Amino acid sequence: MAIEARNVTKCFGDFTALDDVSVEVASGSLTALLGPSGSGKSTLLRVIAGLERPDRGEVYISGEEATGVSPQKRGVGFVFQHYAAFKHMTVWDNVAFGLAVRKRPKPEISQRVAELLDLVQLNGLAKRYPAQLSGGQRQRMALARALAVEPKVLLLDEPFGALDARVRKELRAWLRRLHDEVHVTTIFVTHDQEEAMELADQIVLMNAGRVEQIGGARDLYERPANEFVMTFVGPVSNFGDELVRPHDIEVSREPNGSGTQATVDRVVHLGFEVRADLTLDDGREVWVQMTRGEAETLDIREGARVYAVKARKGR
Amino acid sequence: MARYALRFTALGYLAALLIVPVGLVARRAFADGIDGFWTAITTPEALHALWLTIVIALIAVPMNTVFGVFCALAIVRRRFPGHGLVNSIVDLPLALSPVVVGLALVLVYGRTGWWGSWLNEQGIQVIFALPGMVLATIFVSLPFVVREVVPVLREIGDEQEEAASTLGAGPWRTFWRVTLPAIRWGVAYGVVLTTARALGEFGAVSVVSGRIAGRTETMTLHVEERFQSFDLTGAYASSVVLALLAVGTLLAMTLLRREES
Repeated sequence: MAIEARNVTKCFGDFTALDDVSVEVASGSLTALLGPSGSGKSTLLRVIAGLERPDRGEVYISGEEATGVSPQKRGVGFVFQHYAAFKHMTVWDNVAFGLAVRKRPKPEISQRVAELLDLVQLNGLAKRYPAQLSGGQRQRMALARALAVEPKVLLLDEPFGALDARVRKELRAWLRRLHDEVHVTTIFVTHDQEEAMELADQIVLMNAGRVEQIGGARDLYERPANEFVMTFVGPVSNFGDELVRPHDIEVSREPNGSGTQATVDRVVHLGFEVRADLTLDDGREVWVQMTRGEAETLDIREGARVYAVKARKGR
Repeated sequence: MARYALRFTALGYLAALLIVPVGLVARRAFADGIDGFWTAITTPEALHALWLTIVIALIAVPMNTVFGVFCALAIVRRRFPGHGLVNSIVDLPLALSPVVVGLALVLVYGRTGWWGSWLNEQGIQVIFALPGMVLATIFVSLPFVVREVVPVLREIGDEQEEAASTLGAGPWRTFWRVTLPAIRWGVAYGVVLTTARALGEFGAVSVVSGRIAGRTETMTLHVEERFQSFDLTGAYASSVVLALLAVGTLLAMTLLRREES
């Protein structure tokens, strides 16, 4: 295991940010810490980096106990949500910082910085100051800076949180490619389940300072451990007495076995996806998802009478 | 129209309160021509006062700068018992009248004072000598660097420092390479204000100096002494020198700043 947190507890005053959390991260993997704000995901990342000291529990990095080791000596790369760029230094000096601290010879620093700027596609901007870069460029610079010291693990705290949607998507794909190239064990924090599912090999879903479930994207989506996981990683609909995925409700015009009759209240076309609000005859409301093709075949429209039944697969 | 009225009022107010009086001082300083001015500021007493003022500033300003930066770091970055107390005590010199500061120093360091009697036995004279004047100046100009640096530190946050530490930099290197460059303009403004205050201090220094012409007289004390002796040219001429020192400090920083950007 590249990183292991064992029974970590951390309180800030009366607030328990982490409550007996244990997480293992395999070497070379890309792991997401996912959860709503206040779930403790950033605190866990900062504990791993040594920026917070846990009240109880231990942290192991590459099999060595690191709990009391200062961030300076931990060999972790950390990328902050708001970049934490050294504003008074050029892009080049920012990236070279860690190497200069380690007193590496000048030619080696030049070569390494040039390589990294190449890797993050900032080679033309070496002499700029952070203020002259866009958000996405600043974050790539921060990433190059963190990678310069060849960290054992790379930790990213909501790395795309401050960027607009388009840049975020680009950087996401780019980070995945970068990880496949560099292979450094990486943990990133996000509150965006889509981001976690798209990027990560393993997702650690956290809530209120505890781990709710650890697994791959499909595990969490298809076999959620509890109601919280089910609600957090995808859309849910109340059907009868249970929570189901809204695309796991089959809608038909003809009676279909145990189907409940319902009236369509509203239809929303979202391109490929079509959403419909139904009122079941017993008065309960449910929303369903279907593809555009299905909606056309059904000729679903407001006021239509339909039958709804839970699909056999799923939960 | 309203904009011009506002501008005119602002300028008029400044003119009535600042520009005209200072301008008149300058004019009166040269009432006997350049020669009169030159003679007035080159008397042994005037030269010694100028020298003493600069020496005091050269000791007090660096000390307050170093203290101010570390005090601001402690206030913003650390949580310790008595945190709030330190934060408010720093402002004490702003609230206290300088004369009271002077009297307090006499009580502590005077010949019969708390530490003064012991220091006196060791042959160290504080009151009516340079150390007392430096102490008084440090006391009254203490808060400026702290007050300028604290908001800057709050604004930059500690992310850059945390980033430096994850990159392997120790506290000392982080301070020199990351924190200090980030707060340098706050420090610079603090230094200018501290210098201005140190050069212009009158009350506290007046009490602890004993005002011996040619020995413990700073520029401000010299101006007043000349004024009391009906040597108006001398008083005004020294005032102009004092004003030039302050303007020079401001100018130096403006130039530095321009070079930077």
